[in-house]
Amino acid sequence: VAFGLPAGCAGIKRCESSVLGWRLAAAVAWSVLLLPVCTAAFVLLSGVQPLRPLRWLSDSFDDLCTSHVIFCILLMSVVILVISVFNAEFYAVVPSIPCSRLALIGKIIHPQQVIHSVAHAVMGMLVAWCAAVMTKGRFQFLAVPCTISESLDDTVPQMCLNEYHLFFLLSGAFMGYCYSLLYLINNMNYLPFPIIQQYKYLRFRRSLPLLIKHSCVESLYSVRNFCVAYYFFGYIPKMWISTTMDLRIDSKLHPLDTLSGLLDLSLFYHAWLCGVFLLVTWYIAWLFFKIYATETHRFPVQPTFAEETDQCLPKILNSNPPLIIKFLALQDLMLLSQYSPVRRQEVFSLSQPGGHPHNWTAISRECLSLLTDLTQRLIAQQEAAAANGRAKQQVGEMKVSPATPVSFQSPKQMETAMSSLVKSSSMPLKASPGSDIGSPFSSPALNCKAGILDLSSPWHGKVQSPLIVRRGPKLWTSGSGLQMNGSHHESFPVLSVARVGSEAVQPSFIYTWLQNKQEQIKNFLSRRVLIMYFFSKHPEASIQAVFSDAQMHIWALEGLSHLVAASFTEDQFGVVQTTLPAILNTLLTLQEVVDRHFKLPHVSSKPPRSSGSLVDTSYKTLRFALRASLKTALYRITTVFGEHLK
Amino acid sequence: MAPRGPQCRGIPIGEPTQPQALPALTLPEDGLKGPGRPESGAQPFLHHREALWKRVLCAWRDGGLCGLLKEIVSAEEEGLQWAKTALSCVLTACRWLSSLHGSILPHLSLTSEDMIAAFSQAVDWAGCSVRAFAWHPHTSKFAVALLDDSVRVYNSSSATIPSLKHRLQRNVAAVAWKPLCASILAVACQSCVLVWHLDPTSLSTSRPSSGCAQVLSYPGHSPVTSLAWAPSGKLLLSASPVDTAMLVWDVSTENCVQLQWFGGGGVTFLAWSPDGSKVLAATPSAVFKVWEAQMWTCEKWPTIKGRCQTGCWSPDGSRLLFTVLGESVIYSLSFSEYRGDMQGQVGGSKTASIVADLSETTFETPYGEERIGGAVQSMVWDPTGERLAVIIRGQNPSAVETQTVVAVFRIRNSPVFELLPCGFLRGEQSAEPQLIAFHPCFEKGALLTVCWSTGTISHIPFFFLSSRVPYSSPGRSPTVVTASSSVREQPLFSEFKAPVTTFVCSKQTPGEPPGECGVLL
Repeated sequence: VAFGLPAGCAGIKRCESSVLGWRLAAAVAWSVLLLPVCTAAFVLLSGVQPLRPLRWLSDSFDDLCTSHVIFCILLMSVVILVISVFNAEFYAVVPSIPCSRLALIGKIIHPQQVIHSVAHAVMGMLVAWCAAVMTKGRFQFLAVPCTISESLDDTVPQMCLNEYHLFFLLSGAFMGYCYSLLYLINNMNYLPFPIIQQYKYLRFRRSLPLLIKHSCVESLYSVRNFCVAYYFFGYIPKMWISTTMDLRIDSKLHPLDTLSGLLDLSLFYHAWLCGVFLLVTWYIAWLFFKIYATETHRFPVQPTFAEETDQCLPKILNSNPPLIIKFLALQDLMLLSQYSPVRRQEVFSLSQPGGHPHNWTAISRECLSLLTDLTQRLIAQQEAAAANGRAKQQVGEMKVSPATPVSFQSPKQMETAMSSLVKSSSMPLKASPGSDIGSPFSSPALNCKAGILDLSSPWHGKVQSPLIVRRGPKLWTSGSGLQMNGSHHESFPVLSVARVGSEAVQPSFIYTWLQNKQEQIKNFLSRRVLIMYFFSKHPEASIQAVFSDAQMHIWALEGLSHLVAASFTEDQFGVVQTTLPAILNTLLTLQEVVDRHFKLPHVSSKPPRSSGSLVDTSYKTLRFALRASLKTALYRITTVFGEHLK
Repeated sequence: MAPRGPQCRGIPIGEPTQPQALPALTLPEDGLKGPGRPESGAQPFLHHREALWKRVLCAWRDGGLCGLLKEIVSAEEEGLQWAKTALSCVLTACRWLSSLHGSILPHLSLTSEDMIAAFSQAVDWAGCSVRAFAWHPHTSKFAVALLDDSVRVYNSSSATIPSLKHRLQRNVAAVAWKPLCASILAVACQSCVLVWHLDPTSLSTSRPSSGCAQVLSYPGHSPVTSLAWAPSGKLLLSASPVDTAMLVWDVSTENCVQLQWFGGGGVTFLAWSPDGSKVLAATPSAVFKVWEAQMWTCEKWPTIKGRCQTGCWSPDGSRLLFTVLGESVIYSLSFSEYRGDMQGQVGGSKTASIVADLSETTFETPYGEERIGGAVQSMVWDPTGERLAVIIRGQNPSAVETQTVVAVFRIRNSPVFELLPCGFLRGEQSAEPQLIAFHPCFEKGALLTVCWSTGTISHIPFFFLSSRVPYSSPGRSPTVVTASSSVREQPLFSEFKAPVTTFVCSKQTPGEPPGECGVLL
């Protein structure tokens, strides 16, 4: 089935903007609508007078109707809008997991993240200004008339700097920056899809208590940290503001950057409340975006009108849409395969003129290529790990670039594979050129020479150069081999190159010497503790990175297995039967590879305890979900077909 | 422990062509006296007063706020008079509040063991050696939870009997096998749900270590009294009478989602319909809920008299039979045919109808006069949808000897609902049925497994030709598409009332392979 790509792209763009645009708008609208409620709560709590409850209530009510509160709400709406735009710009369905501390630092100082942090700090300052204005009292203005004793001399009352206000503004900026930092570190831009479908209101209600608790705790920590920071560096902004705005510093008032000045309970309470207010409003915007973006979207299986062709499910799956659209399409596939007999019928149907099962072919092909892709990536990772372990015992190491899992079935797969490469390439792979023939390192070359490429493998047709030994045969033969990818600027092990005798550049002595030196320097550096601290890879993190997009594969597995199981009774034309061997083959291969993966060292066999907090860590456990759903998928197909599979 | 292991003798079921032999076994109660409960551990030791703050900390950990207050009020140290007076006032207020709470939801004042005993499906949970039982959904393998808090797994094809023990595995109320999986067993314990991964190929099969168990716990969610796996094998539901929310677990990642539904005071019993579309959730008060399992919305069903004790689904998920505590009738509730496109609707009919009256009656038998009938303790519907087994509990066991018996009904769900009495099952002398379950994939009809109060587990086969294939594959769509249009039921005359008095009990001895139960109408 060949789809015209340019037209498809346009259609998908339209689909994306229509799906995501409305969702973003609805999320913003809801978070803005909830803003007055949050503001009212803030005003109520900031003016708390426990001894005079009636007075307190009436005062708060009066405050709510004043013009400056309404102005603040308007300003905060703009802030929420900006925050939502940032949420929408930074979201990711596949989390990026830094594998080492250096990578994390690199992420923090990435220009994009710097913009994010600065913008959030400014927004935080704006929110803090609103909070200060709404709190009233001594926090309201930046410049206040000095206390009387000083202004006795001259008739014009002089203006002094109100340090409380400054403290508030700076704490807001600090909170904003902390929010941005934690947003990055906790991968809060990751959109986790819920394990069960629920209505949006229920999802929001379920998360709200967690959100408030999380905000309160986090605000407490932030205020504490800010107090420490202000104690040490508070004089810098104070001096700067007072000189630029020509405000005097009131010598009668106690300066805040001292221990006694910071031990002001009321100041602490108000700063904390301001932080809670800021975090709650921002997290609500974030929560709404998350809920709306991960909501199911129903793609038509069969187009009713010609212009809908680009937006139907098989088309979207087979094209290369933005990842979120692909995720939504796979989620929809999973749901339709599980719950909707009517839509399953459409999948199994034949095309009207011609009688081809286009829908099923497109869907199954896409799912299978996703799974095959994962299989290859896992094999590459396992080999890297195995080679890593083995090479350590050998002397005279030589670095070979890590094997790349490149899919050869469809070019669109290349991108996902490449993205995974970027992550996995940080894993150095060491191979010895001097290993004997029986060792796995030389076998690909031998295989290649002898031409033992498995012709039946789907990868056969695309092999372009004799050097590019693909992984295809390896799936079925147990002898492991190291993949040598055909990028020519990389170094090759001497022996295998010599054996193949191909056009590769003969590495000179100097080159080998340089390589050795480089390795020695690396060894030398790796013994320094500090450098190790930054460069050492967390094994768990690199495993998580391999499985970071496993949600797609889980849905593909579930969708495929439910469809196959349903086809036993519902598939009238037998369209599924033709692909059943391929499906079972792919699933079993993947099962074998996943099983082997869980037997690797450093791989924990149990998921870590989920904290149950607002921060979602489900991406850390995706591999366990994948393993379980793979097993279930296999059992589902075999239970239904049972005897017929023999 | 276990100097006297359970006697295991295999019984070949049916024709010799069937190789499988199901283990029928007796688990002697005295061999299962578990390790002593930790309640009286402090007595034999010398009395030693800890410092007040230590005791207060201890009391806070053990008894919460009330325990802490009690400890301070009863402290003997001087100098705390004013604090003691103030705190005793607070304690009184606390007690008053909790008694108020308890009078609204009386089950909350029970201890957790009493609570499990009250809400368990077993007739005598506290005293019997078998506490919970579950067949594996795909193979001839079952798990039995015993009085000593161990769970044993019996397999028809293997002689090793894995015995599962875990530090947290106390007061097991339910066990459930994961569907579409070889060997994952969920165990509802007092404080958590344990999920055992029993690798059949592993070396240490007879005594899996506690490292094979996942612990799923959630604050405030204990004791767990009921479990239900989604037939698709993806999710696990757990319920506690104390927690108003039931939890949906994604077991592989240990994530859970709370399904909050205030009112009712907790969830005692869960039953997931075999087609996966709906879940019955009974509460300790006179209301139960039916959740729809796609968008997770629920319908509330208030009952008139008491709480819903048990319930079971027809294999296609279109009909729910349930019983209410204190009433000796079986109610039926039919649901509109499940279609995936009606999102978020449960689709239940307006009212439930009575389909069977099981009130107490006297039978003249060759062995003398017998009184049978009363409230239903538990109820199971076999996977072919043609047999229904019910444990009928004597209404007041103290007065006359109304026995606890298993009644079996013939049942038909389509085209019209029919419930015909089939017979009674009775165990050996002084053996009362404790738990019942149907084998999920018995080819020749239905196979009922009964756990007796003596610790015997026996299997009673019913041979019949089923009009439909056994519903052994939950992943399959509920009905064949072509058939579904014709079997739409007509609720007007579908209900069939079958009073118990019209049939005579036929004696069955457990352990023997009888044929079809005698139907003497």
